[in-house]
Amino acid sequence: MKPTDINAPDYLHKVVDCQWACPAHTNVPEYIRQIAAGDFAGAYMTNWRSNVFPGILGRVCDRPCEPACRRGRVDKEPVAICRLKRVAADFKDDIHDQLPQPPTQKNGKRIACVGAGPASLTVARDLAVLGYQITVFDGGKSAGGMMRSQIPKFRLPDSVIDEECGYIAGLDVELRQDQWIGSLREVLADSWDAVFVGTGAPRGRDTDLPGRKEAAAHIHVGIDWLSSVAFGHITKIARRVIVLGGGNTAMDCCRSARRLGGEEVHVVVRSGFDEMKASPWEKEDAIHEGIPIHNYLVQKAFTHDNGRLTGVMFEKVRAEYDDTGRRSLVPTGEPDVHMECDEVLLAIGQENAFPWIERDIGLDFDRHGMPVLDAQTLQSTLPRVFFGGDAALGPKNIITAVAQGHEAAISIDLFCRGVALTQRPPSTGRFISQKMGIHEWSYDNRISEEARRKVPVKKLEDTLKDIKLEFELGFDLALACAETERCLNCDVATVFKPKLCIECDACVDICPTECITFTANGEEGELRARLKVPAHNPDQALYLAEGLKTGRVMVKDENVCLHCGMCAERCPTGAWDMQKFLLNIAHAGAEAQRS
Amino acid sequence: MTYLAKPKLLSADAPRNALGYTRRDYEGAISTLCAGCGHDSISAAVVQACFDLDIEPHKVAKLSGIGCSSKTPDYFLGNSHGFNSVHGRMPSVLTGAALANRNLTYLGVSGDGDSASIGIGQFAHAMRRGVNMTYIVENNGVYGLTKGQFSATADKGSKSKKGVINSDSPIDLAALALQLGATYVARSFSGDKEQLIPLIKGALCHGGPAFIDVISPCVTFNNHSGSTKSYDYVREHNAAVNRVDVILPKAQIETSYPPGSLRRVVQHDGSILHLRKLGVDYDPSDRIGAINHLQERQALGEIVTGLLYVNSSVQDMHAHLNTVEKPLNQLGDAYLCPGSKALDALNALLR
Repeated sequence: MKPTDINAPDYLHKVVDCQWACPAHTNVPEYIRQIAAGDFAGAYMTNWRSNVFPGILGRVCDRPCEPACRRGRVDKEPVAICRLKRVAADFKDDIHDQLPQPPTQKNGKRIACVGAGPASLTVARDLAVLGYQITVFDGGKSAGGMMRSQIPKFRLPDSVIDEECGYIAGLDVELRQDQWIGSLREVLADSWDAVFVGTGAPRGRDTDLPGRKEAAAHIHVGIDWLSSVAFGHITKIARRVIVLGGGNTAMDCCRSARRLGGEEVHVVVRSGFDEMKASPWEKEDAIHEGIPIHNYLVQKAFTHDNGRLTGVMFEKVRAEYDDTGRRSLVPTGEPDVHMECDEVLLAIGQENAFPWIERDIGLDFDRHGMPVLDAQTLQSTLPRVFFGGDAALGPKNIITAVAQGHEAAISIDLFCRGVALTQRPPSTGRFISQKMGIHEWSYDNRISEEARRKVPVKKLEDTLKDIKLEFELGFDLALACAETERCLNCDVATVFKPKLCIECDACVDICPTECITFTANGEEGELRARLKVPAHNPDQALYLAEGLKTGRVMVKDENVCLHCGMCAERCPTGAWDMQKFLLNIAHAGAEAQRS
Repeated sequence: MTYLAKPKLLSADAPRNALGYTRRDYEGAISTLCAGCGHDSISAAVVQACFDLDIEPHKVAKLSGIGCSSKTPDYFLGNSHGFNSVHGRMPSVLTGAALANRNLTYLGVSGDGDSASIGIGQFAHAMRRGVNMTYIVENNGVYGLTKGQFSATADKGSKSKKGVINSDSPIDLAALALQLGATYVARSFSGDKEQLIPLIKGALCHGGPAFIDVISPCVTFNNHSGSTKSYDYVREHNAAVNRVDVILPKAQIETSYPPGSLRRVVQHDGSILHLRKLGVDYDPSDRIGAINHLQERQALGEIVTGLLYVNSSVQDMHAHLNTVEKPLNQLGDAYLCPGSKALDALNALLR
């Protein structure tokens, strides 16, 4: 196996599992340390630079970082990264003086963003600070997009959305609310230098099962219903409700229904419980609120009595897997199940819809009705039109929309400056040794063995009474500080200098997870098998260094390294050092900011 | 110097032995020795050996004297019996313990100061009495705790860190052990665990007086260019006579080596030592040959390592003295104090 070049792009980035898994590459360990140090505003800004909506995401993020967290591989549960983000937002002071100032002298380029959701607002923020003149068009009364219209208020209060959209509006971004865009052709006629489309995936999937038309008054499309609830148009629901679907929208629907008078709310899902698309914690929250989840039932028909809905008929299925692991749902042959209800909410998927984009303006769509885009630059076939968020590559989540917003902003900036879109600014990394003295590091290398802290919640009977009452209380300071201690500081990298090594084995002997081995080199697969603890996780790299006096190599399995620095503490010659790897992810105008 | 305690977080893949223990379960307190000390590697080798042998920690007694080496039993087998005795007196305390209870595995840990200077008489008599023990000397050639003066095992002509040349002749503890009647004698190097771990395993299974002299560099006072016990010097002058694989009686592993290159030794407890020859034609059952080989090679400036001598038909002190098998604390009052009738009968025998 070849020696590892830890300066290679992505090598150490990948070691910071949370940062690697985050689509916007938020520097998680850094902000967790800032929280531990009481620098909440600093922690907020570390987040803000990467993910733009720390307060919002600290409540409702899909948290791809947490399943990736290294702690989950050496402990029962990962660090509560998401809720620590909320801590930064909750406890910070005024941060206005830390926000970037948009230049008073604009660069003369005008950019239109369609939709005021997370993708558009990210583009607006990244470009506004570079001197672009940004105008955001949105059909809603206030900015926020789906964050405001679809996420229930008991999970995400309006005040948080107002605050974080306000920071962006404060960067000389013009927000034109209540201005529905009905034609892209008309927008383009206004000679914008570039147009960004961040209109989301606004259409909830419907069904044409028997009884759908007849009982239409009692059957609602989930996301439309949620937005009517969000804006106060709907304030109650019948006593017995069935929610169809197993995603996060279904969880929002059932929990909202519970708060609007639904006493018997049931969620019915085609798949098994574990395969449901909803995040595990959202399922837990629904179950906590007394909502049963029924699995392996496929809806067949809506039963009704002259248009008055009486229930839903389901077929029982089971999952079968073929040789390639593909699942199919096969009827079990048991009798169908009828569940009685008064209202149904459909949460069976979301679709994109672009009725406002003319098909003859040179902007191509594929056969699924999605715009044809360059996956990296997010540029459409009409060069000055860019896409991002759910509108670009299909429904995902807020943090992905933000990440795509950053990419689109880079593309738009390059496009407006006449630079090839492929010449994207590189991300850069920086190493800072953490050594302060003997056994003294500028990061806290003591490893907490505490279990993950639970976020306190309001009393169930109170929270079910008021749909606007935020359900979670968030961590208090004591809980937050205890949780920060669980972070393993994966960005503090173990850096090995073979020239200094005397091969005394001190690091091998002290490593708590036995991840260091000195041995003869070999092919990677074979080498993995004969390490002190065999390295069975192929997704995690081996750090290999050669140049030792005995001709052996040092191999470190990155998989379960605790970054405790004990190898470096034990090293008599300083061959090991703990160095913080600070990754500077490229954002629009990285070059402009340097000059 | 204080170190953080090792966190208990463990990889799910961490190997477990037949008892369900991980290597971590055989560790002790965190070491307070200097970073890079060879002794810590020996501790790790003891941990690995006990893990591999599926030894129940509560059936081990570890005893030591005074010195850096003698601190180390605190750093391994935290769930075993331990006794930190007077300087140089580990062998006699251990002998007493072994007499009182032969059911434990005895591990004596000592250093070159503890065994070759103040305790050399104790060392000699434990060996010649045939105490069933594993006697490990962590040999670094200097008095580390008193800042690096030569010890009795320092080679004549070697240099101290301050530049002083040693004018005294060295004591070769392995050669002494051979002469005094140890039935398992080995020498190894803390920087070569592949060699050291099987040697410790073989010694723990041996069933008689087993002695291992482990060259263990003192990083602070004896790891410089004039030293003959530095990492570099030992690696350059290491003349290993064999490699040992220890095979437990229950495991049936077939090894394939070219004919004539492997010697099998079946020990008293049924464990099998596979000795792979390295280079020279060396016979580890020949005690006098072993003594000669050591002397010859030493004269050439080489450090002979490996299993130097093993005698599998071993008899230990208990056999010599015909002692009772049961541990003394389990004998009971009636047995220990059989009463006046038994005394009268005994006296009658002597009349």
